Amino acid sequence: MMRTGILLFPGINRERDMAIAVERSFGAAPRIVWHKETDLSGLDLVIIPGGFSFGDYLRCGAMAAQSPVMTAVRTHAARGGYVLGVCNGFQILTEAGLLPGALLRNAGLRFLSMDTLLKVERADTVFTSQYQKGEVFRAPMAHGDGNYAADPETLDRLEGEGLVAFRYAAENHNGSARAIAGIYSENHRILGLMPHPEDLVDPLMGGTDGKPLFDSLAAA
Amino acid sequence: MKAIVTVMLKDGVLDPQGKAIGHALNNLGFAQVGEVRAGKIIELELAETDAAAAKIAAEDMAKKLLANSVIESFRVEIAG
Repeated sequence: MMRTGILLFPGINRERDMAIAVERSFGAAPRIVWHKETDLSGLDLVIIPGGFSFGDYLRCGAMAAQSPVMTAVRTHAARGGYVLGVCNGFQILTEAGLLPGALLRNAGLRFLSMDTLLKVERADTVFTSQYQKGEVFRAPMAHGDGNYAADPETLDRLEGEGLVAFRYAAENHNGSARAIAGIYSENHRILGLMPHPEDLVDPLMGGTDGKPLFDSLAAA
Repeated sequence: MKAIVTVMLKDGVLDPQGKAIGHALNNLGFAQVGEVRAGKIIELELAETDAAAAKIAAEDMAKKLLANSVIESFRVEIAG
């Protein structure tokens, strides 16, 4: 079972939802890791949850990307550790340079708090083994800056090398380039996505569409 | 010594905020307004007496934090 830590920066507010999703699938509670910590050597999976770290000052995720714990996240990633970033966590991973591209203001300028549909681009990664390739699932989203952007060469490379994790399957509400909702690192061990699979892991939450992502990690 | 760092979205990067400001100005009757780009200005008080050194330091800060080179460009001016 993956030993899991959930990073907590000031202004992050989705760590408990994430912890519930992890515990439900893994059968063990994750460790909450304060952003001043510098040693992640005991962990297999590091999760950066959503929220508004450091008040989204300067750019979403820009301040958190400079926090002490991010040096340890780089070390963790360099030794092949798994990293999941959701929403602000995805923004932090791009700001830290651990994933390519950037998340711009939503094309329609509105903060989007709604359900969206995601298409699973590949089901052979540690994050998606419990989905089917091409499967469409529902995921809530809640963000003002989810408009994925990268230069055309980077977008071509992401598509050519199978690094697109999820795409918006119906409407591309935030205007993301090529409807990209989530991407992998080159070794497929880092995943960042804007919508929140951790919000649908129990029928009482209105569905279990997000649970296979955590079940995939639990099965790895 | 003060450094003024101007950060703008790169040409070609959609600027929805600038677009919204442009629409609002048109609605106010400023029909002459075409494209609008919105950015930010960051003023830095630097403990430097040499303008060239101050500029180099501010550019380094812009590269490392103040601007995201994936989507933004920046310009540094040194003012007194």
